[in-house]
Formats: sequence, structure tokens, C-alpha cells
Amino acid sequence: MSILVDKSTRVVVQGLTGSQGRFHGLRNRAYGTNVVAGVTPGKGGTDVDGIPVFDTVADAVAATGCDASLVFVPARGAAAAVVEAADAGVALVVCITEGIPLHDEARTFAHLLRNCPGTRLLGPNCPGVISPGLANLGITPGEIALPGGPVGVVSRSGTLTYQALQELTQKGIGQTTCVGIGGDPVPGTGFIDCLRLFQADPDTRAVILIGEIGGADEEAAAAYIAAEMDKPVVAYVAGVTAPAGRRMGHAGAIVSGGKGGAAAKIEALQDAGASVVLSPTELGDRMVEVLATLS
Amino acid sequence: MDLLEHAGKRVLAAHGVPVPIGHLAVDVEQAVAAGAAIGYPVAVKAQVPVGGRGKAGGIKVAGDAEEVAAATAAILGMSIKGHVVRRVWVEEALAAARELYLSFTFDRSAKRHLGLLSGRGGVDIEEVAAEYPEAIHRFHVDPLDGLSSAAAQAAVDGAGITGDAAEPLADLLVKLFDAYVAEDAELVEVNPLAVVADGRVLALDAKVILDDNAAWRHPGWEEWRDLEDLDPRERAARERGLTYVGLDGSVGIIGNGAGLVMSTLDVVAQAGGRAANFLDVGGGASADVITAALEVVNADPAVRAIFVNIFGGITRGEEVANGIVEALGRVDLHSPIVVRLDGTNAEEGRAILASHESDRLISRPTMEVAAATAVDLAGSAAR
Repeated sequence: MSILVDKSTRVVVQGLTGSQGRFHGLRNRAYGTNVVAGVTPGKGGTDVDGIPVFDTVADAVAATGCDASLVFVPARGAAAAVVEAADAGVALVVCITEGIPLHDEARTFAHLLRNCPGTRLLGPNCPGVISPGLANLGITPGEIALPGGPVGVVSRSGTLTYQALQELTQKGIGQTTCVGIGGDPVPGTGFIDCLRLFQADPDTRAVILIGEIGGADEEAAAAYIAAEMDKPVVAYVAGVTAPAGRRMGHAGAIVSGGKGGAAAKIEALQDAGASVVLSPTELGDRMVEVLATLS
Repeated sequence: MDLLEHAGKRVLAAHGVPVPIGHLAVDVEQAVAAGAAIGYPVAVKAQVPVGGRGKAGGIKVAGDAEEVAAATAAILGMSIKGHVVRRVWVEEALAAARELYLSFTFDRSAKRHLGLLSGRGGVDIEEVAAEYPEAIHRFHVDPLDGLSSAAAQAAVDGAGITGDAAEPLADLLVKLFDAYVAEDAELVEVNPLAVVADGRVLALDAKVILDDNAAWRHPGWEEWRDLEDLDPRERAARERGLTYVGLDGSVGIIGNGAGLVMSTLDVVAQAGGRAANFLDVGGGASADVITAALEVVNADPAVRAIFVNIFGGITRGEEVANGIVEALGRVDLHSPIVVRLDGTNAEEGRAILASHESDRLISRPTMEVAAATAVDLAGSAAR
């Protein structure tokens, strides 16, 4: 089993005719992902290596029954592309694009929340989601993942997600699903959404959570782990020695109330019962130990 | 991009937020002329991108031309938290009968905009927030609906602000929110927001942070960028489209993705070294971007070794390798480069690097071994 995506997921790639969309769309298909359509306004009726291209997501849905979208549209048009997919009824929208203006994201989130309750957004500014051996929606190099579980991975950082997969794979530990929730201020799907799915997935026996400094999402995840999870969690938080981030006026200090540093996040995760490593290269060894304690 | 006070006030004023009359001056002569045009008393205010100017002596009130000249001479050239003052803002000095606090920013957890309004504004707002959180009224604004007059009035009521100032304040809330959205700001903050003797409500200070991701739809921002007071290393990096923060160690760091770069800083520290910088080339960096990153890090005289840590997803290994090889041929690199390369097209990249391997270009298989090598090289170069 896996979460979010599997063999049956039917994928439309928005921006398939662009260089990134083509490269990764075809790579995802080569991995075994069921890529059934592409969308580029004005290029309907053409194809990319046999994948039919449509003018709109609605056309793609009508013709192919696609139920997940992968967005490679450049930042200026990405928010509109996400809204278009959600309005067309696509259940999962994975937005890889980085650099979307904050106010565009804010309006997009609000629109999805109000008008598209059936759509889950993953990202923006994320590596996507991979269920090893089943489907890869995004830019994760598929060869570093190992099918078969039993570990689920959720991460705020794209490249550290790859690091975690590699550490696990090198120890012979497979993954059920690996979700990169993205580094933007507000991810469409958060840690807790993924932890809840992993907790409910019978094939996931343990979870790796990778956080970083800033915000309070790791603290919120820790509270969820303490209250709702009986599966073990191994965690890493990047940025112990990082310089203080840009100061968001007094408002930033008032809202954060002193939270956001690595030490507070690590402490919260430890208090919740998570096993915290201090280097991403220790994730594999620690997971070996954790899995050994499970009957 | 952080705007200085004068730029922030011009942005807010363009959306109808009342601000005091003021002029920018780069020398005593201009400041005196500004004072004469405005009428006394005036406030002479240092333009630096940090708070605490008043406490540092960077704001002085002047009652005549002589005092303006003296205040300007004292403030120009002053260093406030490491920022040398090169400009002053001369504006009409208004006595606040009451100081309020108002800001709009985005609330990550609620996925909505957040307004903060307090009747207890002024220099100690953060202490007030910590000790008396109920003194700060928090209200959310839905991004699709915006802030209506009725909602603004409700916020003013919620903050317990009554009397003659309530109506102009509600009007100002709507205008400030308009500025926040229309200008693609991440933060608009007015502290103090002053109620003056004649009942007007004005922004006596302005803190505006613009969203760099939206720069493409605001060509006017270039004007503000010239005035930014950046570390020269950071300016060079920005001109090349790189995210760079200068630090004080000797190991130059280049990586892809903020998380991996932060992690690299941590691993270098665990290996006993100190990073000279944080440099994120972002996703999908081309060979040119990698070369530019090496140029920026190489320009820092404190750097003794450069650690390039790439785990490619959208970034491709051969582009990284070609960028490094290009830099070896084109840039006068004074530090050895240690490379750890994994991920998309890493094999192709490693093959390119292997054909150029030397004591100036060293490939290492893992992040930890590469960090140890870079720290070792930086240490031996220092001795």
C-alpha cells in the first residue's frame, strides 16, 4: 500500500511541452507512472512522445479521466494552473513550481478551501510525491527509492528528502510513499495531513519526518505525534547552525512568540516521543534500530 | 526586499495612507532646505534597514535651520547596528497624543492574512505583546474577500479603540490593507501609528517588506533596489540570482535547496569547521549558475575551501559538473573545491568531474566525508 498515489493514479502534466515538464513528465512515465495527458494552452491536439496534449485541464479530464495533476508551469502562471486543475475536479494537484508570489498563493489556497473541497494541493515549491515502484509525480530521482515499505517519509525540504531516501535505500529499507510538502510559507498539504495518512496506512510501520527552521509546523507535528500516533517517528531538523532568518518586523516576533528555532523544534519532537538525529546521514542507521524494536 | 522608511511611506501614501510631509536628504544642505520647505519643528531620521534607530540616536527633532544642520551632521555617517547612515529623512515633527500599532502579514497556519492592531503602540510593542497578549487585537482577512469597511470597523472596536480616532482609523486600515495586497507586500507595519492633537491619524513610521517573487509585475521596484543597504557579497549574489547570506567562517558552501544547504552548515559544524556563507543555487541550476556561485564564494577573502553539496532532483548532475569545470578554467579560484554529487544524472556529472580531478577539485562520495575533507583543507590552508 501507499498513500496519495499508486499504479491507478492517472496523471496530467500541466506544462508538459516546456523543457522541465517534458524532461520530468517523460521521466515519470518511464518510472511507471500512468501519465495520460499533458496540458498547454494553444497546443491542444499535439502530443509529447505519444502523450496527448490538451488546451485545458477540463478537456484532459473529459478525454482521459485523469485524477491527478503535476504542475510545471512557470511561476507567473502556476497559481492559475493550480486553480484550473482544481476547478476541473482533479483530486490531487502537485505543484513543483517555485517562486510563486505570496499573494497569488494566498488567493489560490482560499479558492481551493472555499470552492474545491475535493482537491488536495501538494506544494507549491516541492519535489512531489513518490510511491516507490508504483508512481512518481515530481522531480525525485526514482532510482534512489526502494519499493516495498515499510517506511513513510514526509519532508519540508526537497533535497533532504532525496538524502533520506538514499540513506534508507542504502540500508535496504524500502519506502511506502515519500512526500515532499515543499518549502513555501504555506504548504497545501502539511506534516499532519501526511502523518495522519501514514498512521492509517497498514503497510507503513514507521515514519521519517524532516523539518527545518522557521514557522511552527514541526511543533504542531510533534503535538499530533504525541496525541495520535503509535507508529515510531524518526526526525531531523535542518538549521541548527543556520543564521537567523530575515526579520519580519515586530509582527514576525509577535506572531512567532519566540518559536521557530531548531532547538525548540527538536525538543518538541523529542518530547513527543520521536527519535531525533542530528545529521541527515544518520537517518538510515537510526531507522534500522527503530525497526528492530518492532515485533 | 526590505524598504527603508522613506520608500515605505511613499508606497503607503500612494494608497491614501496619511503620512507626515517629508523629504530625503543626503547632506546638510539638502536637509536644511527640506526643513525650510516643511516648516519647523522637523524630525531628522536616519534611513537604515534596522529597528532601534531612536534608541541609537538616529532620530532627532530640530526647531530651526541650525538645529537641522547639527542633527544631520551628527546622524550622517553614524553606524547603527552595522549600517552606516548615508541618507536622512526630514519630515514634519508631529506630537502624538496617542501611539497605536498596526500591521498586516500572512498567517501560515490559518492560510489567511492576519491583521494586528493595538492601542499600545510604540517602541516597546514586543514587550507589550509578550506581557499583555490581550493588548494586541488579532483579526484574519480572507484573501478572496479582502477587508471591508465593516470588518475594519469591527477590528477597531475589537482593539478597544474608541473616540474621534475610530473612524479615520478604520478608513486607514482599509487603505493599508489595499497597499499590502496591491504592492505584493509580505509585511506592512506602522509603529507608531499616531493620533495627533488635531485628531488626524498618521503613519509616523513604515516598515514594508516586498515579495521578491512578485518583482516581475512591479517594474517600479528597481528604484528602491538601488537604495538597498546590502553586504557587498550579498549584492553580488543577488545580481546573479542566487540566495546568499554571508557568515564568518572559512568553508564556502554551495548547495541546492535551502534545507540541504542548512544541513550542510550543520554537518560542517559537526566536522569542526565553520561556514563562510549560506548559498542556495535553487532548483534546476544551469552550468552558468554554478559558475556564478563559485565566483561569488571565491570573492570572499575569508574562504579557504569550497564545499559544493548537490543532491539533484530538478538540478542535473552534468550541469553542475560543467559549471564547476567552467569555473576552473575561467575564474582565478584561490581555494580547493570539494564536491559531493548525487541524484539526477549524477553518474554523468561524476564522470565529467573525474576527468578533471586534482588537488584543486576533489570528489567525495558522501556529505559527511566531503564535509570532513573541506574542513580539513580549510584548516590546513589557514595554518
